[in-house]
Amino acid sequence: MRMPRLTALLTATAVFTTALTLAASAAEVHVLNWKGYGADEPWAVAAFEKATGNKVVNDFFNSEQEMLTKIRTNPGLYDVVMINAAFNDQAMAEKLIQPIDTSKLPNYADISKDKAGSPMLDHDGKVYGVPWVWGLTALAINEKSFDKPPTSIAEMWDPKHKGRVVIRDDAVEAVQFGAIATGQNINDIKDMDAVKTKLTSLMPQIKTFWSSENDWNQMVASNQIDIGTYWSGSADRAKTHFKLPVSLVIPREGAVAWLDAFSIPVGSKNVEGAQAFINWMIDPKFYVEWVTKVGAPVSANTKAVEALPQDAFNRKVMGDPEVAKRIQFQAPITDAQREAYLALWQQLKVDVK
Amino acid sequence: MAAQSATASCSGLRSALPLLAPAYLWLTVAIFLPLSAMVFFSFMTDLPLTGKPWAFTLGNYAAFFSQSLYLTLLLASLRLGLEVTLWCIVIGYPAAYVLAKVLKGRSREAIFLLVILPFWSNGLVRIFSWAMVLREGGILDTALNAVLPFKINIDLMYSYPAVIIGLVHSYVPYMVLTCYLTLQAIDDSLIEAGRSLGASRLQVLKRVIIPLSMPGLVAGAALIFVPVVGSFMEPRILGGRTGTFYGTVIEDQFVAVFNWPLGAALSFILLAVVLVILALASPVLRRAA
Repeated sequence: MRMPRLTALLTATAVFTTALTLAASAAEVHVLNWKGYGADEPWAVAAFEKATGNKVVNDFFNSEQEMLTKIRTNPGLYDVVMINAAFNDQAMAEKLIQPIDTSKLPNYADISKDKAGSPMLDHDGKVYGVPWVWGLTALAINEKSFDKPPTSIAEMWDPKHKGRVVIRDDAVEAVQFGAIATGQNINDIKDMDAVKTKLTSLMPQIKTFWSSENDWNQMVASNQIDIGTYWSGSADRAKTHFKLPVSLVIPREGAVAWLDAFSIPVGSKNVEGAQAFINWMIDPKFYVEWVTKVGAPVSANTKAVEALPQDAFNRKVMGDPEVAKRIQFQAPITDAQREAYLALWQQLKVDVK
Repeated sequence: MAAQSATASCSGLRSALPLLAPAYLWLTVAIFLPLSAMVFFSFMTDLPLTGKPWAFTLGNYAAFFSQSLYLTLLLASLRLGLEVTLWCIVIGYPAAYVLAKVLKGRSREAIFLLVILPFWSNGLVRIFSWAMVLREGGILDTALNAVLPFKINIDLMYSYPAVIIGLVHSYVPYMVLTCYLTLQAIDDSLIEAGRSLGASRLQVLKRVIIPLSMPGLVAGAALIFVPVVGSFMEPRILGGRTGTFYGTVIEDQFVAVFNWPLGAALSFILLAVVLVILALASPVLRRAA
């Protein structure tokens, strides 16, 4: 008596789950990116899903190392991954990402030529990364502490800011910042001792090491800091979105620039969806909305930047040719270099204890 | 006789097996296996998942001894562990005594609830709320300046004391709970007997109460000392410039440079040092207990 009912129930469940998984896997785009970094904006995801019929599934990482591990250990899971250009080479060498057919991305033609042709993203004439946005690791100031914004990186060492300076807790960024302060090329540091001496003299000035945007904004909101290293997009977000007295300073000595790009992992089950998603992300319409609603770094798409108002920070300041001359783009670094930088950074942090 | 008791204990084990199995199965899967994988990693030059060639090496353990940095940090972390444990005893023991011996009924329940309340909130939330209290212009600073006639400047945030405060707050409930259990088990008539035989309150405390509650104190101290030595979240968030400890360096190896082998080796050195300390302390503690 009971058996047929049970069988029917089981069959129904099985059919239902199969249908559900089929429907789900048919058009899912699995995206791997930093949290809160454009690709997971609910309004953007909703608009993309409505326009293309793909469903977006976001996953996040907290460091580039974690991102690489996630694609290494989950082959076939992700369709789109956001990789900093300095890591693209390593991902390609490990055969984690595949060449992208840019003819399927109508917006690719509008990407500025220097970014689209970057040797960090193109290997053997094939494109492994589609440039998305770029930005700077420069200085930001608490406007309450300055009558007029400083122009030199030396401001960080000024005794009047003692205990009110912050720097990010990141060995590579700290060492490259030291290279700029000592007038060296960030990608070819010849005099490491000079960097060490320079950073050693900075340590007593420091209040704390920040690790997230939220840390920085909280410290400014409670007026605990004067100046520190900060990302250009975050400084913009702090000012426009959170209404904090923060402004970005691109010191005359220069600043570290980075380029973020989208790639398609090897084994992606939905390459078409991935192409559509990447095209959506580099579209001027998405970019303008992202900048206005949330605040964002500078788009690699020239048309997208031109779509911003004349006086927009990302157009006026970041697009300034004078700025372009001062900045240095981060190139790939080896694991050995990264470990050496970390050892130096940890030693500096221990010495100041 | 002996054979009989052996079979008895054997059958006792057999009947206990269904009760023990879930716990041991869980321990095997959740602790023993990952930990052995970590032991394995700590002897490797590189992780196999990166696709790079790897070999066995002792280099990760040698790294600890080749750089003074790690030893300095390990000593700093051990000192942190001792200080936090000490403060937990100073704050937790009297509270446990009052809970066990002075308060009764409803008021005991209410105070007990307050003690274990921190357990109900997420650790990160607790640390961030301390950040709001301790900073310059924060809750403590503002409140004290509102009450006091003179102006004082309290900025404890991003300092060593801030780390101590945060850690003591997180771990003091362990001390209260373990001490409460042993203090409650002390028969009141023992204390009364001591008093009626002419011992002062202090003598009763020293000769009766503390010795009898020693197992709780020791258990609480071990429960606090071990995790504090390896802590990294509290120092990182509250310690600022001074917040670099052994635990934060291990975290860096795992998170920042993906050097799991070195991170694992550093962790096992810490484990070994903690075990040695506990082993050295155990005769003293056993006599005391």
